[in-house]
Amino acid sequence: MAKFIAAKIPEGPLEKKWQNYKDQAKLVSPNNRKKLEVIVIGTGLSGASAAASLAEMGYQVKSFCFQDSPRRAHSVAAQGGVNAMKNYKNDGDSVQRMFFDTLKGGDFRAREANTYRLAQCSAALIDQAVAQGVPFAREYSGYLSNRSFGGVQVSRTFYARGQTGQQLLLGAYQALLRQQAKGKVKIFNRHEMLELVCENNTAKGIITRNLVSGKIERQAAHAVVIASGGFGKIYYLSTLAMGCNASAIWRAHKKGALMANPSWTQFHPTSLPQSGSYQSKLTLMSESLRNDGRIWVPKNKKDARNPNEIPESDRDYYLERKYPSYGNLAPRDIASRAAKEQIDNGFGVGELKNAVYLDFAKAIKDLGKTTIQKRYGNLFDMYEKITGINAFKEPMKISPSAHFSMGGLWVDYDLQTSIAGLFAIGEANFSDHGANRLGANSLLQACVDGYYILPYTLQNYLATQIDKPKPAAHNQAFVDAEERVKKQLQTYLNTNGTKTPDEYHKELGKLLYDYCGLSRSRKGLTYVIKEIQKLREEFKTNLLVLGDTYQINSELEKAGRVADYFELAELMCLDALNREESCGAHFREEYQSDEGEAVRNDDDYAYTAAWEWTGNPSQPELHKEKLVFKNVSLSTRSYK
Amino acid sequence: MLGFSSTISRKYLMAITGLFLCLFLVIHLLGNFQLLLPEDEAQLQYNAYSAFLSGNILVKIIAYVLYISIILHSIDAIYLSFKSRKSKKTRYRYDARKRASKWYSRQMMLLGVILFAFLVIHFYDFWYPFKFGELTLDQQGNKDLYQLVIASFQNIGYVAWYSVAILALFFHLLHGFFSAFRSLGLYHPYYAQIIKLIGVIFSLLICIGYLGIPIYIFISR
Amino acid sequence: MPMKLQLKIWRQKNSDDLGKFNTYELKDLNPAMSFLEMLDTLNLQLIKNKEEPVEFDHDCREGICGQCGVMINGIAHGKPKNITTCQLHLREFKDGDTIVIEPFRAKAFPVLKDLKVDRSAFDTLIASGGYIGVETGQAPEANTTPIPQEIAEQAFDAAACIGCGACVATCKNESAALFVGAKISHLAALPQGKAEREKRVLNMVNRMDELKFGHCTNTGACQVECPQDISVLHIAKLNYEYLRAKLKK
Ligand SMILES: Cc1cc2nc3c(=O)[nH]c(=O)nc-3n(C[C@H](O)[C@H](O)[C@H](O)COP(=O)(O)OP(=O)(O)OC[C@H]3O[C@@H](n4cnc5c(N)ncnc54)[C@H](O)[C@@H]3O)c2cc1C
Ligand code: HEM
Ligand code: SF4
Ligand code: FES
Repeated sequence: MAKFIAAKIPEGPLEKKWQNYKDQAKLVSPNNRKKLEVIVIGTGLSGASAAASLAEMGYQVKSFCFQDSPRRAHSVAAQGGVNAMKNYKNDGDSVQRMFFDTLKGGDFRAREANTYRLAQCSAALIDQAVAQGVPFAREYSGYLSNRSFGGVQVSRTFYARGQTGQQLLLGAYQALLRQQAKGKVKIFNRHEMLELVCENNTAKGIITRNLVSGKIERQAAHAVVIASGGFGKIYYLSTLAMGCNASAIWRAHKKGALMANPSWTQFHPTSLPQSGSYQSKLTLMSESLRNDGRIWVPKNKKDARNPNEIPESDRDYYLERKYPSYGNLAPRDIASRAAKEQIDNGFGVGELKNAVYLDFAKAIKDLGKTTIQKRYGNLFDMYEKITGINAFKEPMKISPSAHFSMGGLWVDYDLQTSIAGLFAIGEANFSDHGANRLGANSLLQACVDGYYILPYTLQNYLATQIDKPKPAAHNQAFVDAEERVKKQLQTYLNTNGTKTPDEYHKELGKLLYDYCGLSRSRKGLTYVIKEIQKLREEFKTNLLVLGDTYQINSELEKAGRVADYFELAELMCLDALNREESCGAHFREEYQSDEGEAVRNDDDYAYTAAWEWTGNPSQPELHKEKLVFKNVSLSTRSYK
Repeated sequence: MLGFSSTISRKYLMAITGLFLCLFLVIHLLGNFQLLLPEDEAQLQYNAYSAFLSGNILVKIIAYVLYISIILHSIDAIYLSFKSRKSKKTRYRYDARKRASKWYSRQMMLLGVILFAFLVIHFYDFWYPFKFGELTLDQQGNKDLYQLVIASFQNIGYVAWYSVAILALFFHLLHGFFSAFRSLGLYHPYYAQIIKLIGVIFSLLICIGYLGIPIYIFISR
Repeated sequence: MPMKLQLKIWRQKNSDDLGKFNTYELKDLNPAMSFLEMLDTLNLQLIKNKEEPVEFDHDCREGICGQCGVMINGIAHGKPKNITTCQLHLREFKDGDTIVIEPFRAKAFPVLKDLKVDRSAFDTLIASGGYIGVETGQAPEANTTPIPQEIAEQAFDAAACIGCGACVATCKNESAALFVGAKISHLAALPQGKAEREKRVLNMVNRMDELKFGHCTNTGACQVECPQDISVLHIAKLNYEYLRAKLKK
């Protein structure tokens, strides 16, 4: 029988909860703050904004990232934009509407209070970013411009050309470095967190590996914040960066932190298809392309003609056919699934038959080449750089790709995990997006978590730590953890088998794509769990990593990440198997309408599945957080 | 050095001295055009002009500024290139970086050294004898620098070396002129473009001017 | 059509090691492969032969994080202009070519191992002043200060720098002028950045010298190799701002 867990949501009406919380949260006096240390793992938007804000408040912060500079965190890759409720367009936007859009977009599987807070804090983020010098797009008048983005009827997306994530991140990064110069933040770049250290189920620090010297280091602090981003890279081919990993959250999970909805992964419909087995990542092309591009496949599976020679009558514009009102602009999960259906049924195009066409011929004819050039010129350039094909002359080939992890560490309203003193923010936690994330909401969430929420909720926790003994890195818990890490690294080196971490990662990714990806079934999941277990056992005995631990060793880093992926992959499948409904990005083949649409089961599955590590990756324990909807009525998502 | 401790300040100094030298090049060239007058006239006028220059206090001050400019410009050139020289570890083993820039922009030091050598020889040949040497006097009693110049320019070896130096000057200016404005902070795209154009024209005119005189003399006399 | 390539790659154990080139052969490469995927392929081959793989930096593999970057046939990020190493594809090479691969080299960027270099000097530069000193919670409503579109666009042009270091690697003087110029220009263009304008440029330029970056000769090579095509006019802007700050002081 599953246990129920509570999220510690403050009392009061929805719109007052956050204010009430802030009014009552405990404070720490300025002279005490400098005695309190905080570890922040990750320098993406969430980690950098949190570290900078906490340092500004006066705490001593240690900030970690595995890249060579904090500025390279994968937030840098976000193109589209960031949502905020400013209602500059006077088009009827409001906190309530943004809250509802987010909740509905997430197929009613998110926590009301968190989602509402996200919408409430959104406006301030734009102010903050502009003050930091983020060059958002502007109108001729000099006022901020915004656009509408996937599945909503108002314009609330702010953007900086196609590089919104980069610009927001640079703002946060610069704020972080400013604190470093002041001596409030110590930055540990090229450091990877390999273990969480707890005493009495309270987080006291971490063990890291210096990726240059190989040194294993103990880091103690009064609280630990995980901001390590998404783990979509578990699918190997994804829009994520090569180094993105689940290790930070997974090691915390193994220390007792619950993992929530781990199987919920968003697949992005417009990324570039795989071109060969050597492929290492799938590049995302901005979704805005779907505003003018039309998606189609040939009606005849065997049609080998050049796309330009296929007449209209032989083309199937399947999105326009199936979803006449939204057409090519159907939400991500729907567009991705429809593409997969075409590809699986043999209608895919390209050498590997793994893509669909995104065609601009009509738009070019209707609007003129210059307009299209102006709108998408840089994207067309990027496409040509990667594929060598000019999209003005030939339709693009696109395919769905693993993109965003809605799941992550379970956190309560305070963003605290089930381990006291361990917080999770940004994509690393599960909180605000439900079963499907709305475009441009996750940059927002990462920033809001870091700038506006954590500074209050972490302080509320730290206030209880002032008179506790200072965490000490010479304590037994640290010594033991360090030993464990060293031993584990040595194990990878000693296995001396025949296959590299990448080879295993690719195989694992393929299994997940096929059975725990865009669509899942009981049969497939049961099958793949066995396969994952087998592969994991093989990994343990047949891994090949050369070199030693006392220097730069990328293969060793990968080995640790893949080992964690193997355990997480099984949990994802168990989670997907457990949820006997289709919701958002989680599509169970057994639960679909006659027209192939997702069928939710609110009676039995309106809960967050939070899994506890039991020591056996095949037998996690399920906890449920009941989702109570007092302010919205649950409706069926329809984009017909 | 006073307020000139950073590399950027050093470049201001290079730019200002460089531009001052450019200005001097113009004045010097205008003076030299007198050599092209009909022979008798040229001799008297050129020598008178030279005498006037050496007597005038204002010209004297300018001359000192000129000497200081050359020295500061050269010292800075050496200081900066010394500071940014490649170490053994940072030298590329296989290097094709040159495709991204003009050769003369990378070889300003080499061109500068040629110029420096030229200046030294030039001073030794003309300025030193004129100032301290025993020169015959012309009809008006001025030192006959003119004869000295003409004699030099009738020597093919001298003209060849002179031409090499002027060509070096041409390329030094081709890069140096606009570079100086950029060093001083001209960031406006439109004006930067114009300065670039002026720089090319200026370098060409200076080059034609300075080359034309010895060649004309060599051929015609 | 499968390709064959010969690779001459710089191997260096650590920053003290002298380093040398090793030559490797790769067969059956797909021209659609990216340059970094080719290195992946090489590493797989090396590991299988029990040879240590080549270490190189990379992360996003889509030209935005700035972590990748090597000298390819003597050119930073390879022959096509204005791209990153990860955006380079094998179709740019011919079957049978020899490719020489070296790390970025500069006194301020010591080699760590093989093709990996330490570019943290760039972080040090930003920390010395490349920010606007606003703290969380202090910001006024964003639209109280309109910023003309062209100013915002100019600021963006400069802000687009990804911090890859190609400008330094390609500069004969190892100058960081383009990197610093871009940041100075970005922040000086915006009304929000005006308060710290003088302090910022004075500090950043001092730090730039301390870190052993060279001066700028205005050769313009940096812009050619810069993946974001950051204009050298931002260097002029840097010079302008520095002069202005000096004169004010
Ligand atoms: C291609 C792409 C486009 C996107 N576009 C948009 C968009 O247009 N709008 C939008 O809202 N969202 C977008 N997203 C999603 C959004 O960018 C991310 O969800 C968000 O940036 C995550 O930020 P973060 O701070 O949580 O993590 P990240 O930015 O991923 O940062 C993770 C940090 O953790 C560190 N780290 C990780 N593991 C470890 C470890 N073990 N030890 C030490 N450090 C570690 C890393 O070094 C890094 O600093 C996009 C995502 C992708 C991949
Ligand atoms: C008639 C004489 C000369 C003139 C008119 C002249 C002019 C200039 C100008 C205008 C510049 C551009 C400055 C800038 O980029 O800001 C320059 C640069 C330079 N000059 Fe000269 N110069 C002269 C002589 C010399 C001499 C004698 C030397 C060397 C000993 C020299 C070495 C250099 C070098 C190395 C640079 C490039 C500096 C850099 O790396 O940025 N020049 N010169
Ligand atoms: S200016 Fe260009 S080359 Fe230099 S670091 Fe920035 S992006 Fe790279
Ligand atoms: S790997 Fe990120 S820019 Fe090349």
